Amino acid sequence: MQDYVFHFGPVFARWEDLAWGLWRTLELSVLSMAFGLAIGVLGAVGRSFGPRPLSLALAAYVELIRNTPLLIQLYFVFFTLPFLGLRLSSDAAAILTLSIHLGAYATEIVRAGIAAVPVGQIEAGKSLGLSSYRIIRHIVLVPAMRAVYPAMTAQFILQLLGTSIVSAIAAEELTAIANNMVMQSFRSFEIYITIAVIYFVVVQAFIVAFRLGGVWLFRWKV
Amino acid sequence: MLRDFTFNEVWFLILATKWTVILSLVAFVGGGIVGLVVAGLRVSRFRTLRAISIAYVRFFQSTPLLIQLFMAYYGSAFIGLRPDPWAAAALTFVLNSGAFFGDIFRGSIESIPKGQWEASTALGLRFLQTLRLVVIPQAVPLSLPPTVGFMVQIVKSTSVASLIGLNEVARTATTINTITFEPMLVFGTVAAIYFALCWPLSLLAGRLERRLTASRSRIPRGVAPLEVGLNEVPHPAAGASRL
Repeated sequence: MQDYVFHFGPVFARWEDLAWGLWRTLELSVLSMAFGLAIGVLGAVGRSFGPRPLSLALAAYVELIRNTPLLIQLYFVFFTLPFLGLRLSSDAAAILTLSIHLGAYATEIVRAGIAAVPVGQIEAGKSLGLSSYRIIRHIVLVPAMRAVYPAMTAQFILQLLGTSIVSAIAAEELTAIANNMVMQSFRSFEIYITIAVIYFVVVQAFIVAFRLGGVWLFRWKV
Repeated sequence: MLRDFTFNEVWFLILATKWTVILSLVAFVGGGIVGLVVAGLRVSRFRTLRAISIAYVRFFQSTPLLIQLFMAYYGSAFIGLRPDPWAAAALTFVLNSGAFFGDIFRGSIESIPKGQWEASTALGLRFLQTLRLVVIPQAVPLSLPPTVGFMVQIVKSTSVASLIGLNEVARTATTINTITFEPMLVFGTVAAIYFALCWPLSLLAGRLERRLTASRSRIPRGVAPLEVGLNEVPHPAAGASRL
Protein backbone atom coordinates (compact mmCIF):
# COMPACT_ATOMS: atom_id res chain seq x y z
CA MET A 1 0.00 0.00 0.00
CA GLN A 2 2.90 2.33 0.78
CA ASP A 3 4.30 1.88 -2.74
CA TYR A 4 1.33 3.57 -4.35
CA VAL A 5 1.54 7.34 -4.77
CA PHE A 6 -1.63 9.16 -5.71
CA HIS A 7 -1.41 11.65 -8.55
CA PHE A 8 -4.63 13.53 -9.07
CA GLY A 9 -2.84 16.27 -11.05
CA PRO A 10 -3.27 14.68 -14.51
CA VAL A 11 -6.96 14.07 -13.73
CA PHE A 12 -7.78 17.62 -12.70
CA ALA A 13 -5.72 19.04 -15.58
CA ARG A 14 -8.44 17.69 -17.86
CA TRP A 15 -11.42 19.07 -16.00
CA GLU A 16 -12.84 20.39 -19.26
CA ASP A 17 -13.17 16.86 -20.61
CA LEU A 18 -14.76 15.75 -17.35
CA ALA A 19 -17.25 18.62 -17.49
CA TRP A 20 -18.15 17.69 -21.07
CA GLY A 21 -18.61 14.04 -20.05
CA LEU A 22 -20.81 15.09 -17.14
CA TRP A 23 -22.91 17.25 -19.47
CA ARG A 24 -23.35 14.32 -21.86
CA THR A 25 -24.31 11.98 -19.00
CA LEU A 26 -26.94 14.48 -17.83
CA GLU A 27 -28.22 14.84 -21.38
CA LEU A 28 -28.50 11.07 -21.89
CA SER A 29 -30.16 10.64 -18.49
CA VAL A 30 -32.71 13.44 -18.79
CA LEU A 31 -33.63 12.66 -22.41
CA SER A 32 -34.08 8.95 -21.73
CA MET A 33 -36.07 9.74 -18.56
CA ALA A 34 -38.43 11.94 -20.58
CA PHE A 35 -38.84 9.39 -23.40
CA GLY A 36 -39.05 6.49 -20.95
CA LEU A 37 -41.73 8.23 -18.91
CA ALA A 38 -43.74 8.97 -22.07
CA ILE A 39 -43.47 5.32 -23.16
CA GLY A 40 -44.39 4.25 -19.64
CA VAL A 41 -47.56 6.34 -19.39
CA LEU A 42 -48.78 5.37 -22.87
CA GLY A 43 -47.73 1.76 -22.32
CA ALA A 44 -49.51 1.52 -18.97
CA VAL A 45 -52.73 3.02 -20.34
CA GLY A 46 -52.60 0.59 -23.27
CA ARG A 47 -51.78 -2.28 -20.94
CA SER A 48 -54.66 -1.45 -18.56
CA PHE A 49 -57.42 -0.24 -20.89
CA GLY A 50 -56.34 -1.27 -24.40
CA PRO A 51 -57.69 -4.19 -26.45
CA ARG A 52 -56.39 -7.60 -25.46
CA PRO A 53 -53.79 -8.04 -28.27
CA LEU A 54 -52.25 -4.65 -27.44
CA SER A 55 -52.27 -5.42 -23.73
CA LEU A 56 -50.54 -8.77 -24.34
CA ALA A 57 -47.96 -7.22 -26.68
CA LEU A 58 -47.12 -4.60 -24.04
CA ALA A 59 -46.86 -7.31 -21.37
CA ALA A 60 -44.40 -9.19 -23.61
CA TYR A 61 -42.36 -5.98 -24.16
CA VAL A 62 -42.16 -5.38 -20.41
CA GLU A 63 -41.15 -8.98 -19.58
CA LEU A 64 -38.62 -9.17 -22.40
CA ILE A 65 -36.84 -5.95 -21.42
CA ARG A 66 -36.99 -6.54 -17.68
CA ASN A 67 -35.45 -10.01 -17.95
CA THR A 68 -32.49 -9.21 -20.21
CA PRO A 69 -29.45 -7.03 -19.43
CA LEU A 70 -29.22 -3.43 -20.65
CA LEU A 71 -25.79 -4.21 -22.11
CA ILE A 72 -27.22 -6.93 -24.37
CA GLN A 73 -30.09 -4.64 -25.43
CA LEU A 74 -27.52 -2.00 -26.28
CA TYR A 75 -25.41 -4.42 -28.35
CA PHE A 76 -28.54 -5.69 -30.09
CA VAL A 77 -29.68 -2.20 -31.13
CA PHE A 78 -26.22 -0.93 -32.00
CA PHE A 79 -25.09 -3.91 -34.08
CA THR A 80 -28.41 -5.04 -35.58
CA LEU A 81 -30.01 -1.81 -36.83
CA PRO A 82 -27.32 -1.17 -39.51
CA PHE A 83 -28.27 -4.57 -40.97
CA LEU A 84 -31.85 -3.35 -41.30
CA GLY A 85 -30.60 -0.31 -43.22
CA LEU A 86 -30.82 2.07 -40.25
CA ARG A 87 -27.44 3.58 -39.51
CA LEU A 88 -27.36 5.13 -36.04
CA SER A 89 -24.50 6.94 -34.35
CA SER A 90 -23.47 5.42 -31.03
CA ASP A 91 -25.09 8.38 -29.25
CA ALA A 92 -28.42 7.86 -31.03
CA ALA A 93 -28.28 4.10 -30.37
CA ALA A 94 -27.58 4.87 -26.71
CA ILE A 95 -30.58 7.22 -26.38
CA LEU A 96 -32.85 4.78 -28.21
CA THR A 97 -31.83 1.78 -26.08
CA LEU A 98 -31.95 3.68 -22.79
CA SER A 99 -35.47 4.96 -23.61
CA ILE A 100 -36.78 1.52 -24.61
CA HIS A 101 -35.17 0.08 -21.47
CA LEU A 102 -36.64 2.62 -19.05
CA GLY A 103 -39.96 2.55 -20.92
CA ALA A 104 -40.52 -1.08 -19.90
CA TYR A 105 -39.85 -0.40 -16.21
CA ALA A 106 -41.97 2.77 -16.32
CA THR A 107 -44.85 0.87 -17.97
CA GLU A 108 -44.83 -1.66 -15.14
CA ILE A 109 -44.59 1.04 -12.44
CA VAL A 110 -47.43 3.18 -13.85
CA ARG A 111 -49.53 0.06 -14.44
CA ALA A 112 -49.28 -0.83 -10.75
CA GLY A 113 -50.36 2.74 -9.91
CA ILE A 114 -53.36 2.49 -12.25
CA ALA A 115 -54.34 -0.85 -10.74
CA ALA A 116 -54.39 0.75 -7.28
CA VAL A 117 -56.98 3.37 -8.33
CA PRO A 118 -60.33 2.25 -6.84
CA VAL A 119 -62.83 1.09 -9.49
CA GLY A 120 -65.56 3.17 -7.83
CA GLN A 121 -63.63 6.30 -8.67
CA ILE A 122 -63.69 5.48 -12.38
CA GLU A 123 -67.40 4.58 -12.19
CA ALA A 124 -68.08 7.92 -10.49
CA GLY A 125 -66.35 9.65 -13.40
CA LYS A 126 -68.50 7.72 -15.88
CA SER A 127 -71.70 8.59 -14.06
CA LEU A 128 -70.69 12.26 -14.22
CA GLY A 129 -70.58 11.86 -18.00
CA LEU A 130 -66.83 12.48 -18.41
CA SER A 131 -65.21 11.32 -21.66
CA SER A 132 -62.82 8.37 -21.42
CA TYR A 133 -59.90 10.75 -22.15
CA ARG A 134 -60.88 12.94 -19.20
CA ILE A 135 -61.41 9.91 -16.94
CA ILE A 136 -57.98 8.48 -17.79
CA ARG A 137 -56.21 11.81 -17.54
CA HIS A 138 -57.77 13.28 -14.38
CA ILE A 139 -59.26 10.37 -12.46
CA VAL A 140 -56.79 7.58 -13.20
CA LEU A 141 -53.41 9.02 -14.17
CA VAL A 142 -53.09 11.85 -11.62
CA PRO A 143 -53.62 9.68 -8.51
CA ALA A 144 -51.66 6.83 -10.15
CA MET A 145 -48.64 9.05 -10.85
CA ARG A 146 -48.83 10.44 -7.35
CA ALA A 147 -48.85 6.93 -5.89
CA VAL A 148 -45.91 5.72 -7.97
CA TYR A 149 -43.80 8.90 -7.82
CA PRO A 150 -41.28 7.46 -5.31
CA ALA A 151 -40.91 4.19 -7.27
CA MET A 152 -40.56 6.09 -10.54
CA THR A 153 -37.87 8.46 -9.28
CA ALA A 154 -35.97 5.51 -7.77
CA GLN A 155 -36.02 3.95 -11.23
CA PHE A 156 -34.80 7.25 -12.71
CA ILE A 157 -31.78 7.16 -10.38
CA LEU A 158 -30.99 3.59 -11.51
CA GLN A 159 -31.29 4.84 -15.09
CA LEU A 160 -28.79 7.63 -14.41
CA LEU A 161 -26.31 5.07 -13.07
CA GLY A 162 -27.11 2.77 -15.99
CA THR A 163 -26.03 5.38 -18.55
CA SER A 164 -22.41 4.47 -17.67
CA ILE A 165 -22.97 1.19 -19.55
CA VAL A 166 -23.33 2.95 -22.91
CA SER A 167 -19.57 3.57 -22.76
CA ALA A 168 -19.39 -0.03 -24.05
CA ILE A 169 -20.41 1.19 -27.53
CA ALA A 170 -18.21 4.29 -27.20
CA ALA A 171 -21.08 6.74 -26.85
CA GLU A 172 -19.62 9.89 -25.35
CA GLU A 173 -20.39 10.33 -21.66
CA LEU A 174 -18.64 10.45 -18.31
CA THR A 175 -17.53 6.81 -18.12
CA ALA A 176 -16.34 6.77 -21.74
CA ILE A 177 -14.36 9.98 -21.14
CA ALA A 178 -12.83 8.32 -18.07
CA ASN A 179 -11.86 5.22 -20.06
CA ASN A 180 -10.29 7.52 -22.63
CA MET A 181 -8.29 9.37 -20.00
CA VAL A 182 -7.06 6.05 -18.55
CA MET A 183 -5.53 5.10 -21.89
CA GLN A 184 -3.69 8.41 -22.09
CA SER A 185 -2.51 8.98 -18.53
CA PHE A 186 -2.53 5.54 -16.84
CA ARG A 187 -3.69 7.14 -13.57
CA SER A 188 -6.60 4.70 -13.70
CA PHE A 189 -7.36 4.43 -9.98
CA GLU A 190 -7.35 8.20 -9.45
CA ILE A 191 -9.53 8.74 -12.51
CA TYR A 192 -12.19 6.25 -11.43
CA ILE A 193 -12.19 7.61 -7.87
CA THR A 194 -12.83 11.08 -9.30
CA ILE A 195 -15.58 9.77 -11.57
CA ALA A 196 -17.20 7.89 -8.68
CA VAL A 197 -17.27 11.13 -6.66
CA ILE A 198 -18.86 12.99 -9.59
CA TYR A 199 -21.58 10.34 -10.02
CA PHE A 200 -22.18 10.33 -6.27
CA VAL A 201 -22.70 14.10 -6.14
CA VAL A 202 -24.95 14.06 -9.22
CA VAL A 203 -27.10 11.27 -7.77
CA GLN A 204 -27.50 13.13 -4.45
CA ALA A 205 -28.48 16.27 -6.41
CA PHE A 206 -31.08 14.30 -8.37
CA ILE A 207 -32.48 12.77 -5.15
CA VAL A 208 -32.95 16.25 -3.67
CA ALA A 209 -34.40 17.58 -6.94
CA PHE A 210 -36.90 14.70 -7.14
CA ARG A 211 -37.97 15.29 -3.53
CA LEU A 212 -38.53 19.00 -4.20
CA GLY A 213 -40.23 18.11 -7.49
CA GLY A 214 -42.59 15.83 -5.57
CA VAL A 215 -43.48 18.63 -3.17
CA TRP A 216 -44.09 21.01 -6.04
CA LEU A 217 -46.05 18.52 -8.15
CA PHE A 218 -48.22 16.97 -5.47
CA ARG A 219 -47.99 19.56 -2.69
CA TRP A 220 -46.47 17.00 -0.36
CA LYS A 221 -45.24 17.62 3.10
CA VAL A 222 -41.43 17.40 3.14
CA MET B 1 -17.27 -13.33 -42.10
CA LEU B 2 -14.75 -15.75 -40.64
CA ARG B 3 -17.21 -18.36 -39.40
CA ASP B 4 -20.89 -19.18 -39.64
CA PHE B 5 -23.20 -18.95 -36.66
CA THR B 6 -23.96 -22.63 -36.17
CA PHE B 7 -25.03 -24.89 -33.35
CA ASN B 8 -21.37 -24.93 -32.23
CA GLU B 9 -21.49 -21.23 -31.52
CA VAL B 10 -24.77 -21.60 -29.63
CA TRP B 11 -23.16 -24.37 -27.58
CA PHE B 12 -20.17 -22.11 -26.94
CA LEU B 13 -22.52 -19.43 -25.57
CA ILE B 14 -24.32 -21.95 -23.36
CA LEU B 15 -20.97 -23.11 -21.94
CA ALA B 16 -20.00 -19.51 -21.20
CA THR B 17 -23.27 -19.12 -19.30
CA LYS B 18 -21.66 -21.29 -16.61
CA TRP B 19 -19.49 -18.31 -15.58
CA THR B 20 -22.48 -15.99 -15.50
CA VAL B 21 -24.24 -18.44 -13.17
CA ILE B 22 -21.16 -18.90 -10.96
CA LEU B 23 -20.61 -15.15 -10.60
CA SER B 24 -24.32 -14.68 -9.83
CA LEU B 25 -24.18 -17.35 -7.12
CA VAL B 26 -21.05 -15.80 -5.60
CA ALA B 27 -22.78 -12.41 -5.57
CA PHE B 28 -25.95 -13.88 -4.10
CA VAL B 29 -24.32 -15.88 -1.28
CA GLY B 30 -21.58 -13.37 -0.45
CA GLY B 31 -23.90 -10.40 -0.87
CA GLY B 32 -26.50 -12.08 1.34
CA ILE B 33 -23.95 -12.47 4.17
CA VAL B 34 -22.69 -8.89 3.77
CA GLY B 35 -26.32 -7.74 3.61
CA LEU B 36 -27.11 -9.39 6.96
CA VAL B 37 -24.18 -7.58 8.57
CA VAL B 38 -25.16 -4.26 6.94
CA ALA B 39 -28.78 -4.63 8.13
CA GLY B 40 -27.61 -5.68 11.61
CA LEU B 41 -25.40 -2.59 11.91
CA ARG B 42 -28.23 -0.42 10.63
CA VAL B 43 -30.58 -1.39 13.48
CA SER B 44 -27.90 -1.42 16.19
CA ARG B 45 -28.01 0.86 19.23
CA PHE B 46 -24.71 2.54 18.38
CA ARG B 47 -24.79 5.65 16.28
CA THR B 48 -21.38 5.09 14.69
CA LEU B 49 -22.33 1.60 13.49
CA ARG B 50 -25.57 2.91 12.02
CA ALA B 51 -23.69 5.72 10.26
CA ILE B 52 -21.17 3.26 8.78
CA SER B 53 -24.00 1.10 7.45
CA ILE B 54 -25.84 4.11 5.96
CA ALA B 55 -22.68 5.44 4.28
CA TYR B 56 -21.86 1.99 2.87
CA VAL B 57 -25.30 1.53 1.32
CA ARG B 58 -25.38 5.10 0.02
CA PHE B 59 -22.00 4.79 -1.70
CA PHE B 60 -22.93 1.58 -3.52
CA GLN B 61 -26.38 2.85 -4.49
CA SER B 62 -25.08 6.22 -5.77
CA THR B 63 -22.23 5.14 -8.05
CA PRO B 64 -22.47 3.02 -11.21
CA LEU B 65 -21.64 -0.66 -10.86
CA LEU B 66 -19.29 -0.30 -13.83
CA ILE B 67 -17.25 2.36 -12.04
CA GLN B 68 -17.14 0.19 -8.90
CA LEU B 69 -15.82 -2.65 -11.07
CA PHE B 70 -13.14 -0.43 -12.62
CA MET B 71 -12.12 0.80 -9.17
CA ALA B 72 -11.74 -2.75 -7.88
CA TYR B 73 -9.90 -3.82 -11.02
CA TYR B 74 -7.41 -0.95 -11.24
CA GLY B 75 -7.30 -0.43 -7.48
CA SER B 76 -5.59 -3.80 -7.04
CA ALA B 77 -2.34 -2.04 -7.97
CA PHE B 78 -2.96 0.09 -4.90
CA ILE B 79 -2.41 -2.93 -2.62
CA GLY B 80 0.37 -4.23 -4.87
CA LEU B 81 -1.53 -6.96 -6.71
CA ARG B 82 -1.87 -7.65 -10.42
CA PRO B 83 -5.35 -6.77 -11.76
CA ASP B 84 -7.45 -9.91 -12.07
CA PRO B 85 -10.96 -9.76 -13.62
CA TRP B 86 -12.36 -12.61 -11.52
CA ALA B 87 -11.15 -11.28 -8.18
CA ALA B 88 -12.30 -7.75 -9.02
CA ALA B 89 -15.70 -8.95 -10.26
CA ALA B 90 -16.31 -11.27 -7.28
CA LEU B 91 -15.32 -8.55 -4.79
CA THR B 92 -17.42 -5.85 -6.49
CA PHE B 93 -20.52 -7.99 -6.89
CA VAL B 94 -20.39 -9.25 -3.30
CA LEU B 95 -19.99 -5.71 -1.89
CA ASN B 96 -22.55 -4.20 -4.27
CA SER B 97 -25.23 -6.87 -3.70
CA GLY B 98 -24.46 -6.64 0.02
CA ALA B 99 -25.52 -3.00 0.00
CA PHE B 100 -28.79 -3.71 -1.82
CA PHE B 101 -29.57 -6.81 0.27
CA GLY B 102 -28.73 -4.82 3.40
CA ASP B 103 -31.32 -2.24 2.40
CA ILE B 104 -33.93 -4.95 1.68
CA PHE B 105 -33.29 -6.72 5.01
CA ARG B 106 -33.32 -3.43 6.93
CA GLY B 107 -36.73 -2.60 5.46
CA SER B 108 -38.13 -5.97 6.55
CA ILE B 109 -36.60 -5.72 10.04
CA GLU B 110 -37.94 -2.20 10.53
CA SER B 111 -41.47 -3.24 9.56
CA ILE B 112 -41.62 -5.44 12.69
CA PRO B 113 -43.41 -3.32 15.32
CA LYS B 114 -41.17 -1.61 17.85
CA GLY B 115 -43.31 -2.97 20.70
CA GLN B 116 -41.87 -6.42 20.04
CA TRP B 117 -38.34 -5.11 20.67
CA GLU B 118 -39.52 -3.56 23.92
CA ALA B 119 -41.35 -6.73 24.91
CA SER B 120 -38.18 -8.76 24.25
CA THR B 121 -36.13 -6.39 26.37
CA ALA B 122 -38.71 -6.73 29.11
CA LEU B 123 -38.36 -10.51 28.87
CA GLY B 124 -34.59 -10.15 29.29
CA LEU B 125 -33.50 -10.97 25.72
CA ARG B 126 -30.31 -9.35 24.48
CA PHE B 127 -29.98 -7.50 21.13
CA LEU B 128 -28.78 -10.45 19.03
CA GLN B 129 -31.19 -12.84 20.77
CA THR B 130 -34.11 -10.55 19.97
CA LEU B 131 -32.94 -10.31 16.38
CA ARG B 132 -32.47 -14.07 16.00
CA LEU B 133 -35.47 -15.38 17.94
CA VAL B 134 -38.12 -12.69 17.48
CA VAL B 135 -37.43 -10.33 14.59
CA ILE B 136 -35.72 -12.38 11.87
CA PRO B 137 -38.30 -15.24 11.81
CA GLN B 138 -40.97 -12.65 11.03
CA ALA B 139 -38.80 -10.52 8.73
CA VAL B 140 -37.75 -13.40 6.45
CA PRO B 141 -41.14 -13.89 4.72
CA LEU B 142 -41.34 -10.13 4.18
CA SER B 143 -37.89 -9.93 2.60
CA LEU B 144 -38.34 -12.99 0.38
CA PRO B 145 -40.08 -11.37 -2.65
CA PRO B 146 -37.64 -8.42 -3.01
CA THR B 147 -34.69 -10.78 -2.41
CA VAL B 148 -35.74 -13.06 -5.27
CA GLY B 149 -36.46 -9.95 -7.36
CA PHE B 150 -32.96 -8.67 -6.71
CA MET B 151 -31.50 -12.02 -7.83
CA VAL B 152 -32.82 -11.13 -11.30
CA GLN B 153 -30.93 -7.83 -11.10
CA ILE B 154 -27.76 -9.69 -10.10
CA VAL B 155 -27.93 -12.12 -13.03
CA LYS B 156 -28.46 -9.25 -15.48
CA SER B 157 -25.78 -7.02 -13.99
CA THR B 158 -23.09 -9.72 -14.20
CA SER B 159 -23.04 -8.91 -17.93
CA VAL B 160 -21.25 -5.66 -17.01
CA ALA B 161 -18.27 -7.75 -15.78
CA SER B 162 -17.57 -8.48 -19.46
CA LEU B 163 -16.30 -4.89 -19.72
CA ILE B 164 -13.34 -5.63 -17.42
CA GLY B 165 -12.57 -8.74 -19.45
CA LEU B 166 -14.39 -11.50 -17.60
CA ASN B 167 -15.19 -14.25 -20.10
CA GLU B 168 -18.85 -14.80 -19.25
CA VAL B 169 -21.69 -15.05 -21.73
CA ALA B 170 -21.88 -11.35 -22.77
CA ARG B 171 -18.17 -11.19 -23.55
CA THR B 172 -18.27 -14.50 -25.41
CA ALA B 173 -21.14 -13.05 -27.44
CA THR B 174 -19.13 -9.99 -28.54
CA THR B 175 -16.25 -12.30 -29.51
CA ILE B 176 -18.54 -14.56 -31.55
CA ASN B 177 -20.17 -11.50 -33.10
CA THR B 178 -16.81 -10.23 -34.35
CA ILE B 179 -15.99 -13.52 -36.08
CA THR B 180 -19.44 -14.45 -37.43
CA PHE B 181 -20.87 -10.97 -38.09
CA GLU B 182 -24.38 -12.15 -37.26
CA PRO B 183 -25.39 -9.68 -34.50
CA MET B 184 -29.08 -10.47 -34.64
CA LEU B 185 -28.55 -14.20 -34.15
CA VAL B 186 -25.74 -13.83 -31.61
CA PHE B 187 -27.34 -11.21 -29.37
CA GLY B 188 -30.79 -12.73 -29.88
CA THR B 189 -29.44 -16.05 -28.56
CA VAL B 190 -27.73 -14.35 -25.62
CA ALA B 191 -30.90 -12.42 -24.80
CA ALA B 192 -32.80 -15.74 -24.86
CA ILE B 193 -30.23 -17.27 -22.48
CA TYR B 194 -30.56 -14.40 -20.00
CA PHE B 195 -34.33 -14.51 -20.33
CA ALA B 196 -34.32 -18.23 -19.56
CA LEU B 197 -32.26 -17.54 -16.41
CA CYS B 198 -34.22 -14.49 -15.23
CA TRP B 199 -37.86 -15.08 -16.13
CA PRO B 200 -38.45 -18.03 -13.76
CA LEU B 201 -36.97 -15.93 -10.94
CA SER B 202 -39.20 -12.97 -11.88
CA LEU B 203 -42.28 -15.21 -11.89
CA LEU B 204 -41.30 -16.64 -8.50
CA ALA B 205 -40.80 -13.14 -7.06
CA GLY B 206 -44.23 -12.08 -8.35
CA ARG B 207 -45.88 -15.18 -6.88
CA LEU B 208 -44.22 -14.66 -3.48
CA GLU B 209 -45.30 -11.01 -3.54
CA ARG B 210 -48.93 -11.90 -4.23
CA ARG B 211 -48.95 -14.60 -1.57
CA LEU B 212 -47.57 -12.11 0.95
CA THR B 213 -50.14 -9.38 0.16
CA ALA B 214 -52.91 -11.98 0.30
CA SER B 215 -51.81 -13.26 3.71
CA ARG B 216 -51.28 -9.76 5.06
CA SER B 217 -54.68 -8.44 4.01
CA ARG B 218 -56.38 -11.39 5.75
CA ILE B 219 -57.81 -10.40 9.11
CA PRO B 220 -55.59 -11.79 11.87
CA ARG B 221 -57.33 -13.76 14.61
CA GLY B 222 -58.02 -12.13 17.95
CA VAL B 223 -57.58 -8.47 17.01
CA ALA B 224 -59.60 -5.68 18.56
CA PRO B 225 -62.82 -4.68 16.72
CA LEU B 226 -61.41 -1.29 15.71
CA GLU B 227 -58.43 -2.94 14.05
CA VAL B 228 -60.72 -5.35 12.21
CA GLY B 229 -62.34 -2.35 10.61
CA LEU B 230 -58.95 -1.01 9.55
CA ASN B 231 -57.88 -4.34 8.15
CA GLU B 232 -60.90 -4.52 5.90
CA VAL B 233 -59.55 -1.61 3.86
CA PRO B 234 -57.68 -3.36 1.04
CA HIS B 235 -53.95 -2.86 0.90
CA PRO B 236 -53.05 -0.55 -2.04
CA ALA B 237 -50.73 -3.18 -3.45
CA ALA B 238 -53.47 -5.82 -3.29
CA GLY B 239 -54.95 -4.43 -6.49
CA ALA B 240 -51.65 -4.86 -8.34
CA SER B 241 -52.48 -8.38 -9.48
CA ARG B 242 -55.96 -7.47 -10.66
CA LEU B 243 -55.17 -6.54 -14.23
